[in-house]
Amino acid sequence: MENRLRVLRAARGWSQADLASRLEVSRQSVNAIETGKYDPSLPLAFRIAELFESPIEDVFVSPSRRSSAAI
Amino acid sequence: MANSLAWKRYNRRMIWLSLLYCAFLLPAVYGFKHELVLGWAAYLVAILPALPIIGIFGAIGRYLVEEQDEYVRMLMVRQTLWASGIALSVATVWGFLENFELVGHPEFYWIAVLWFGGFGIGGCINRLTLGAPVRC
Repeated sequence: MENRLRVLRAARGWSQADLASRLEVSRQSVNAIETGKYDPSLPLAFRIAELFESPIEDVFVSPSRRSSAAI
Repeated sequence: MANSLAWKRYNRRMIWLSLLYCAFLLPAVYGFKHELVLGWAAYLVAILPALPIIGIFGAIGRYLVEEQDEYVRMLMVRQTLWASGIALSVATVWGFLENFELVGHPEFYWIAVLWFGGFGIGGCINRLTLGAPVRC
């Protein structure tokens, strides 16, 4: 799933390890989510959104909206 | 988090179970080779080395329950699915070959060995497809 995690993280000057420690997950989890290799569960997605004080749809791009935008 | 508490516990359990396996297997081999165990004791001594192996399956299950990092847990689940798929597939093929008398009958515990081999392959597949570190 496409997301803006890297942009949001960079805006705060956080490394992947910083973000991982704030989320209490591994750095490889953050990397996998950022690169779209892994879609987080709903609870983790909400935790990420809450950490960045953003609505969840500002962090993660809905796959259905993305495909309809492409049409 | 790469070395989470759950992962440390898992490793500790694996070390103890491996030591226990050696502690049970070596005397069992010696005992049977020198015909020191007979009767019901023979069954007990023969089964003892299997218990730590069963314990390893339990330790993997325990790790899946205890691991809090959902991505790392998913990697382990993928690894176990590869292991089960490979072991069951080879066992099925071998069963038919054996049924038609094309191959001999191996000891059943080789299924567990196959499973652990598949577990390693699953780790390599995680590495190749997701760039995840190989963990066994």
